[in-house]
Amino acid sequence: MADLTCKIAGITSPNPFWLASAPPTDKEYNVVRAYEAGWGGVVWKTLGEEGPPVVNVSSRYGAISYNGTKMAGLNNIELITDRPLEVNLEEMTRVKKNWPDRVLIASLMVPCEEDAWKDILKRVDETGCDGYELNFGCPHGMSERGMGSAVGQVPEYINMVTKWCKEYTKKPVFVKLTPNITDILIPARAAVDGGADAVSLINTINSITSIDLDAMSPTPVVDGIGAHGGYCGPAVKPIALCMVGEIARDPECKNIPISAIGGISNWHDAAEFIALGAGSLQVCTAAMHHGFKIVEDMIDGLSNWMDDKGYKTLEDFRGLAVPNYKNWGDLNMNFETKAVIDEDACIQCGKCFAACEDTSHQAILAENINGERKYSVITDECVGCNLCELVCPVDDCITMTPTPSDKPYMTWGEDPRNPINQAKKVS
Amino acid sequence: MSDLAKSKADENRADIEPRRLETTEYEKNFCDVLTPLDRNTAVREANHCLFCYDAPCIDACPTSIDIPSFIKKISTDNVKGAAKTILEQNIMGGGCARVCPVEELCESACVRKTQSNDPVKIGQLQRYATDHLFARDDAQLFERKASTGKTIAVIGAGPAGLSCAHNLSREGHDVVIFEARPKSGGLNEYGIAAYKMANDFAQKEVDYILSLGGIEIRHDHALGQHITLDGLRAEYDAVFLGMGMGGVNALGLDNEGLEGVDNAVDYIASLRQVDDKATLPVGRRVVVIGGGNTAIDMAIQIKRLGAEDVTLVYRRGTDEMGATDHEQEFAQTNDVRIKLWAKPSKLIGENGHISAIEFEYTKLDNNGRLIGTGEFYTLEADMVFKAIGQNFDAAPLNGTLDISAKGKIAVNDDGQTTLNNVWAGGDCTEGADLTVVAVQDGKKAAASINKFLAV
Ligand SMILES: Cc1cc2nc3c(=O)[nH]c(=O)nc-3n(C[C@H](O)[C@H](O)[C@H](O)COP(=O)(O)OP(=O)(O)OC[C@H]3O[C@@H](n4cnc5c(N)ncnc54)[C@H](O)[C@@H]3O)c2cc1C
Ligand SMILES: Cc1cc2nc3c(=O)[nH]c(=O)nc-3n(C[C@H](O)[C@H](O)[C@H](O)COP(=O)(O)O)c2cc1C
Ligand code: SF4
Repeated sequence: MADLTCKIAGITSPNPFWLASAPPTDKEYNVVRAYEAGWGGVVWKTLGEEGPPVVNVSSRYGAISYNGTKMAGLNNIELITDRPLEVNLEEMTRVKKNWPDRVLIASLMVPCEEDAWKDILKRVDETGCDGYELNFGCPHGMSERGMGSAVGQVPEYINMVTKWCKEYTKKPVFVKLTPNITDILIPARAAVDGGADAVSLINTINSITSIDLDAMSPTPVVDGIGAHGGYCGPAVKPIALCMVGEIARDPECKNIPISAIGGISNWHDAAEFIALGAGSLQVCTAAMHHGFKIVEDMIDGLSNWMDDKGYKTLEDFRGLAVPNYKNWGDLNMNFETKAVIDEDACIQCGKCFAACEDTSHQAILAENINGERKYSVITDECVGCNLCELVCPVDDCITMTPTPSDKPYMTWGEDPRNPINQAKKVS
Repeated sequence: MSDLAKSKADENRADIEPRRLETTEYEKNFCDVLTPLDRNTAVREANHCLFCYDAPCIDACPTSIDIPSFIKKISTDNVKGAAKTILEQNIMGGGCARVCPVEELCESACVRKTQSNDPVKIGQLQRYATDHLFARDDAQLFERKASTGKTIAVIGAGPAGLSCAHNLSREGHDVVIFEARPKSGGLNEYGIAAYKMANDFAQKEVDYILSLGGIEIRHDHALGQHITLDGLRAEYDAVFLGMGMGGVNALGLDNEGLEGVDNAVDYIASLRQVDDKATLPVGRRVVVIGGGNTAIDMAIQIKRLGAEDVTLVYRRGTDEMGATDHEQEFAQTNDVRIKLWAKPSKLIGENGHISAIEFEYTKLDNNGRLIGTGEFYTLEADMVFKAIGQNFDAAPLNGTLDISAKGKIAVNDDGQTTLNNVWAGGDCTEGADLTVVAVQDGKKAAASINKFLAV
C-alpha cells in the first residue's frame, strides 16, 4: 500500500486531501464530519477582523449544468465567515486539540493595515492551528471593501502583507492567489519575495454563470438583480492546472510549495496536480456537490494507482510532469501523429467526419458501402489535430498514432520555414 | 423413413433424444446471458449513479454492499478499489452480480428508478468490477489475522458455508468444510442456470475464496453419514451448518415413479455437470410444474437444449409466482408457454413412461383458498419436471437441535441454533432462498462465532 503522507511547508497530514476554505469548513460540526470521513486537513472558512459584521445575502449560488451533468461549474457570491470570530476561534481550538493528526489551517482576511494583521495573528495563534492562508483571492463582495482579490491583484500589497505575517507569526504562511490577473507569476513572485512558505491557488474566477431570461438578470438573482460571483468546480480545473504549472516551473518562484485548488473532484485530478508539482490538494465544489464521503475514493484510488505504478510515496511522482511543461516554441516541429480509426470499434455515428469536414482538414472519408456507413482517415490530409479522437464517443476507437521518423528534434526557432531562418539564409 | 414418419410409426415410444441441436448451438445457448460491460459503457453507467447519501440500494442489498461507493470508484477508473468495496461486504460479489434478482433487490430501490424508471445497472457494474479484479495478478485483497489456534467445522461448501469460512479465516481461525458432493460451490455449481454461471465461474470463485488460506475442504464427507454433529461439536471450537435444503417436494400423485418424471433440480444438476450438453436426453414435449425460479430455469434450459414445446404450468396467477417479472419475461422470450391457474391431477403413462399429464383448473374460493374447479385438460408430454419447491432434510442432524415451524433449522438473529456452539445459515434456515442471503447469513454467523470464541 502506497504511503499518502503529505508534507508541505513543514506541515504533515495523513493524506494530501484538504478541504478548501469555504462553507464545508465553516464550523466545528462540518470539520469534524470531514475528519471522520477521512479528510487529511482543512483550511477553515476565512476569518475576518472582529467588529464589522459580515452579512450574506439570500440566494448565493448559481451553477452550470452541462449536458445533464449537474454543477460542472459553480458560482457563488458569499463573503467570508459570517460567524463571530470568538466562536470560530473557540471551535478551532477544540477541533485541533481533538484531531491532532489532521491539518487545520486558518484562512485570514483583514484590511491592509499592519495592526489588523498583527492583532488577528496573535489571537488565532492561540488556537494551535498548523498555519495560515492569507485570502487574497475572493473576487466578489470583500474585494469591494478593498480586501480579497483587491489585494491579490496588487503585487506590492501581497508582498507587504506577507512580510507582516511572517514577522508576527512563527507558523507557516500560505498565500492564496487570485486567478483574476493576467500573469499568475507576478503575484506568486511577490508572495515568494515576501517570504511566503507556500502558495495556494486558485481562488474563484470572476463569473456570471447565466442570465435568467425571465428576470433578465444574472444568476443567482437577488431580488431582481445579480452581481458577478466566483467560479469554481470541474470547469476551472484546466485554468488551475496551468497556473500551478507556471509557478512550479518558474525559477523565480524557487520551488515554493503549492497547495493546489480548482476543480479537483477525484484521485485522478489529484494525481495530475501532484505530477505538476502540487504539494497538497484542496477541494471545495466536489465536496459541496457530493458530500464528504468522496474522499474515500480519492484516497483509495490514488493509493491503488500509485501501487500499480510502483510509486511508494507522493514524492516519488511529485513534479514529474513539470520538466515536460514547456512553451510552444520548445515543441518538436518534426513530430507527426495521425488518426487511425478502428473500423470494428466504430459505431458509425459520423461525429469524426462532421468535425473534420466542417471545421478541420477534410481528412476523413465518409463512404456508404452497401448501406454500411464507413469512416476512414485520409492519412495524407491528416495534420494530427486530435479533434476526431476527442469527439469520438467510443474508447480507443480513434487512436492518434505517431509516425515513426528519424528526423531530428527541431523547434520552430530552428525550423527552416521560420521567416527568421529564411532571412538568415538570404543574408 | 423421415424422422417424423419414424416417430409416428413408433407412437408408444416417448420422443426423447439427445443432440436435438447443431453442435454449435449448445455453446451459443449456454454462454453468458449478459454481455459484460466494456469500460466505456461501465463508466457511462456509473455516471448515471447519483452517489446518493445513505443510499436506499445499500439497504436493499442483503449484504449491505456500499453500492454508491463502488460505483463512484468505477467512474474514476479505480476499479480494483470498487471490487474491494464489494468483496469486503460480500465475498461472492462476483457470483451475486450474475445471479441476484437485482430487479427485486438493489436496483428496485435505485432512485433513478423512481425518477425515470431507469435504475442504475448495479448488478452489471458489480460484475464489471469483480471481473476486473479476478483478471489481475494482485487479486488477493484480504489478509488473515494472526492465528487464533481455533478451528471451526462448516457443513456444506455452498454460498453460506464458503462465506462463513472466508470471514472466519480472515479473523485468524482455521476452518474445515465438510461437503457431501465431489465439488464445492453448492447450488452455484449444481443449481444456478448454466447461462448465469458461464465459463466455470462458480469454481473460479471458490478458488478465489480458498486462495486466502486457512480453509480446508473435505469432499464426499456427508453429515449424518461419515460424521455426526455430536462428534464435530466435541472436536471443533464451533460448528456452522450451511447444508442447503436437500429435499424436493413431491406432487403426491400416483405414478410419480414413471420414467420421464424427474425433479428439476436433479436434471439441472446433471446439466451443470455434463461435459457435453448434447448428450443430455431431451423430450420433444416438456411440461414443467411450478412457479418459482427453479421452474423457470428448468423450462428455459430444456428449451435451449432443443425441446420443441415447453409448457410451464402454475397453479396460481403471475403475481403469486415466486419467479420475478424479469424471469417470467425471460421465459416468454425463450418461447416457453406459461399456463396459469391449473394443478396437476393425474400422471398418465404408457409402458412405464410418462406420456401425458392431466391438470385441473384452479381458482380462489370466497375465503381466498385455492380450489380445483372440477374441469380438466390434458397435455401430452415426453418429460415432466417437478419444480414445486424444496424442503429441508433434517435427517442428518439426528434430532440434535430445534427445527422451526417451517421445518428449517431454528436460529436467532445471529444465526445461532439452539445448541450454543452451533450456527446455521442459508437455505437450511428461514429467509429468502437466495445466494446473496446465504452469503449474508454466513458472514453474520462468522461475526457471531468470532465473538463467541473471543470470550
Ligand atoms: C435451480 C435453482 C436456481 C436458483 N437460481 C438462483 C438465482 O438465480 N439467484 C439466486 O440468488 N438464487 C438462486 N437459487 C437459490 C440459491 O442457489 C440458494 O439460495 C443458495 O445456493 C443457498 O446457499 P446455501 O449455501 O445455503 O445452500 P447450497 O447452495 O444448497 O449449498 C449447500 C451445500 O451443502 C452440501 N450438503 C448438503 N447436505 C450435506 C451434508 N449432510 N453433509 C455435508 N454437506 C452437505 C451440499 O452438497 C451443498 O454443497 C437457485 C436455486 C435453485 C435450486
Ligand atoms: C461558496 C464558496 C465560498 C467560498 N469561500 C471562500 C472563502 O471564504 N475563502 C477562500 O479562501 N476561498 C473561498 N472559496 C473558494 C474555495 O476555497 C476554492 O478556492 C474554490 O472554490 C476552487 O476550488 P473548487 O473548484 O474545488 O471549488 C469559496 C468557494 C465557494 C464555492
Ligand atoms: S449483491 Fe446482489 S443485491 Fe447486493 S448489490 Fe450486488 S447485485 Fe445487488
